[in-house]
Amino acid sequence: MLAAGAVFVMWAVATLTFFAIRLIPGDPAEAILGGPGSQASQEALDQVRRDYGLDQPLLVQYLAMLARLVTGDLGTSYALRTPVADLLGGQLGGTMLLAVLALLVAWILALGLSLWSTGRARVAAAVGEGIELTAAALPHFWLAAVLIAIFSTGLDWFPPIATGTPAGLVLPVATLAIPLAGFLAQVMRESLLDALQQPFVVSARARGENTTGLRLRHTIRHASLPAISLSGWALGWLLSGAVVVETIFAMPGLGRTLLQAVTLRDVPVVTGVVLLVALVYVVMTVVTDVASRLADPRLRQEGAR
Amino acid sequence: MSELELRQTTVEASAEHLGPRRRRMPRAGTVLAVAFVAFLAVATVAPSLVWTQDPNRIAAADAFESPSLAHWFGTDESGRDVYSRVIAGTASSLLIGVSATLIGLALGLVLGVLASFGGRVLDFGVGRVIEVLFAFPGLLLALLVIVVAGPGPVTATIAVGLSTAPGYARIIRGQLVGIRSSHYVEAARVLGHSPGRILARHLLPNALVPLFVLATLGVGQAIVWAAALSYLGLGAQPPAAEWGAMLAAGRTYLPTAPWLTVFPGLMIVGTTIATTMLGRALTRRGREGR
Amino acid sequence: MPLLDVAGLRVAFGDHEVVHGISLRIRPGECVAIVGESGSGKSVTARALLGMAGAGARTRSDRLRVLGRELGSASERTWRDVRGRQVGLILQDALVSLDPLRPIGREIDDPLRIHERMPPAARRARVLGLLARVGMPDPEFAAGRRSGELSGGLRQRALIASALALDPPLVIADEPTTALDVSVQARILSLLDEIREAGTGILLISHDLAVVSRLADRILVTRHGEVIEDGTADDVLRSPREPYTRALIAAVPTERPRGTALAVATSAPAAIPGPPPTGVPIATGSDAPERPPLLRFDRVAKGFSVPGGRLLAVDDVSLALRPGETLGLVGESGSGKTTVARLALGLTAPDSGVVLLDGEAWSSRPERERRPMRRRIGAIYQDALSSFDPRWSVGRILADAASVGARGTGRPAPRVEDLLDQVGLVASVARRRPLNLSGGQRQRVAIARALAAEPDVLICDEPVSALDVTIQAQILDLLDRLQRRRGLAMLFISHDLGVVRHMSDHVAVMRAGRIVESGGTEAVFAEPRHPYTAQLVADAPRLTP
Repeated sequence: MLAAGAVFVMWAVATLTFFAIRLIPGDPAEAILGGPGSQASQEALDQVRRDYGLDQPLLVQYLAMLARLVTGDLGTSYALRTPVADLLGGQLGGTMLLAVLALLVAWILALGLSLWSTGRARVAAAVGEGIELTAAALPHFWLAAVLIAIFSTGLDWFPPIATGTPAGLVLPVATLAIPLAGFLAQVMRESLLDALQQPFVVSARARGENTTGLRLRHTIRHASLPAISLSGWALGWLLSGAVVVETIFAMPGLGRTLLQAVTLRDVPVVTGVVLLVALVYVVMTVVTDVASRLADPRLRQEGAR
Repeated sequence: MSELELRQTTVEASAEHLGPRRRRMPRAGTVLAVAFVAFLAVATVAPSLVWTQDPNRIAAADAFESPSLAHWFGTDESGRDVYSRVIAGTASSLLIGVSATLIGLALGLVLGVLASFGGRVLDFGVGRVIEVLFAFPGLLLALLVIVVAGPGPVTATIAVGLSTAPGYARIIRGQLVGIRSSHYVEAARVLGHSPGRILARHLLPNALVPLFVLATLGVGQAIVWAAALSYLGLGAQPPAAEWGAMLAAGRTYLPTAPWLTVFPGLMIVGTTIATTMLGRALTRRGREGR
Repeated sequence: MPLLDVAGLRVAFGDHEVVHGISLRIRPGECVAIVGESGSGKSVTARALLGMAGAGARTRSDRLRVLGRELGSASERTWRDVRGRQVGLILQDALVSLDPLRPIGREIDDPLRIHERMPPAARRARVLGLLARVGMPDPEFAAGRRSGELSGGLRQRALIASALALDPPLVIADEPTTALDVSVQARILSLLDEIREAGTGILLISHDLAVVSRLADRILVTRHGEVIEDGTADDVLRSPREPYTRALIAAVPTERPRGTALAVATSAPAAIPGPPPTGVPIATGSDAPERPPLLRFDRVAKGFSVPGGRLLAVDDVSLALRPGETLGLVGESGSGKTTVARLALGLTAPDSGVVLLDGEAWSSRPERERRPMRRRIGAIYQDALSSFDPRWSVGRILADAASVGARGTGRPAPRVEDLLDQVGLVASVARRRPLNLSGGQRQRVAIARALAAEPDVLICDEPVSALDVTIQAQILDLLDRLQRRRGLAMLFISHDLGVVRHMSDHVAVMRAGRIVESGGTEAVFAEPRHPYTAQLVADAPRLTP
């Protein structure tokens, strides 16, 4: 059931992207040869049209694209003239590493903050709430600049551009993780507060459980549930954020490639990145769905009802 | 889930957990948020009231001055006063943010109403459309729109509006379905009221207030996204005093003149925080039974 | 030595004291009950006895001894040692009182892990033994389930097992059977009785005198945080001294025939102002069977799709409701009662069979034609608050409903003040919002709304289940009075046998979508023919001094 939904979404994304791209004014063949100003010869244009299958009817092109997609062929870049799959394949790893690290860091920050700030005096709660609110409002592009200004230019702790070393990853990961941690902490704190008000907390305390045991054995699970189900959304959000972060930190990756392709209108590359991100998002949604069900038996029952 | 839905749920939840204490007293944060939004409103309508000098006055001798009493936010590479430029940029930044929100809200409303009133088939169809649009996370849908329509402030606005629409649609659908299946609508049906009267007296009024809260929350998000596009060079272009564009222009001078980056960004952060707090305050007031 | 010896217990939140000096003692094998309505401070008392009155609570006492140890100024650490080891706590509704994310075996294991140094295998054996002791079928299997995966009765047993894990000499049971079906309730009460027989002291907290009367040796009646009556169960139930206690007892509708007022003004003397003497038949009731039914179900069936087939919520149900008569529909949760209400209200269409209103087609009509007829059927629900538009004031709610009646008949719309007056509310209530009213007031507004359109039939779906017993009594009296005055036909749906018996001329017993027995109320209850009815009657809690 989940898999069928995922396949449907992927098909729809591919279809939507394919036809959206056809809305671009101008001749794709000209775009391939460097845009309208390039004054390419008629023979060259015809050649390109044949190479890229642009002389075929739209429906044939569409079906051909679907057929290619099934085999993992994403077409050829207009600008670089290399297969898109090869181009992106080399960059997926770096971007995924960045996103997954950021997700982990965000989880840890959020859990720490929400555990620290809930069930305490009003001051701590207000401070916690303020930190979350501010963190969630930070735009990546600005946070990155501020972090660079402080930790590179000012303190010289970390390099301002990605160097491929672990130190070079610190600022990009922090840039992505901090706002996400703000969002996750808000959700976690609310469900923590909810959980603390539940009668089962009274039961547990009445058995002699202390505060630490209560948190470790009871409330932390409840706090984690919504954050687990949010992780699919979070990863997609991080991949979108990677566009900005990779650009600022001059990191090779899907995001920067996408931005360059958007600026150059390199349609196959844009399509390829969009499909790849959609695939990651869809897979992650399925994974978090399954994870939520594993963690929360109530969801399993709802599904069966 | 979308960023907007996340903001909305946390707002609902925080209103719930705040409890009844200090009922009639507005919280300090709310007061600050209202004050900030009022300041933005003045800066939009009559920027000359709040800026300290003409934002376009070039004075090469004053270039790259750090923040001081004369230039609160410092000066840029042409010696222009950054504070005045930030004020001058308020109108266009807010205009983009608000327009994008309205576009997203309008589209979301259409989709949400279709899904909740159009019967099972439409509900299913709209549900799938929303699901597919969610597979373009964050800015991705906006980037796709820009590939098709080309860069620029107008496209960026539409792009942001489009990419926030699925979030609105899902929330609005949820709210409408919730109200429609509520016991009080059922009670009105049992009394024999017509669907039109139920729509006018129960559904619309009850859906409107949350919609307003939603728009308040959405503005913050839209401003950030639009600024991100400007920053990437796909929205408003640098000579314009739009906040994202100012940030982009300041990027080159980050090591030597960080204030060019810090202050326009602070305005974006401040706006987002203020609108979120406003949304929370509105929700809270709704909860407490007015 | 008493297990628990408390004197002058006071609990305050800030400046607001909610428990004003409660004293009680419990000996081994004794069950002491604290009875009171909401706001009587009984639950706070229970928690204060475990040192858990809550954040911001100040607890003071002249004496607070558990097993002879004074705990009045005990540290949290000392309290933790008491909890679970010396005093166990059983709360209402194990669905939320056991962690829904943990297997119940782990929950029951908690006290063992916290208080005892036992090898895991021994703990496991102990957990299984406990589950067996509380009557859990297949303990091995159950230990791995979470509370949501068990039925209401079984998970309540698991909760009891977790409180009994270390065999604490004293158990505090706070509303242990509330929200359970009567048959399940009866079995849980016998389980608690067994525990008491085994020598455990029980402090039973309940709003329900009938439940308490089954178990308690002593009864403390509380009101507004004070004990107003304290005596042996016999004394309190048979010869209550306080007017409030008398009112509480009078309010229990069990076996009180139709037409007897339940509510007693608490200041009134002993005699209950019950107009018609016991057992007088109601003129409009069963002695006029020849009158055609106003509402008729003819072999109605309604199913819902569930994974793996179709669940028949209502299965071949035939009912007839005559003018001026009350038909009681009684059944446990999931028996299909509410579906019957929705079918009667024309909110859902039957799969087969028909519902007729005054001899005319009702369920089979298109909604457009049904709409003008709707004012003839009114409804009140269990949760009155959610049936009001949160934005509307009481006045607007009533005026809106009154306009419907006026539209249908050409009569002038009844005035809001008159509507409020007939349900015993003052006119100033019109300006308020339902959110700011008490539960009883909300239900009165709901009744006023239902009657504003001047219906012939009133559908009441669990109208008093969420109310305190004295408020319940007032609402039942009000419904009874209004019905007589207006000659309404009433379909009265409830899980509470006592309430149905008190209100109905005829009764239908529903189980798993089918009517298993129906007939005149007294006939059905006095001599049930169907074994299920007999079991229900046997399980129903009643005052047994």
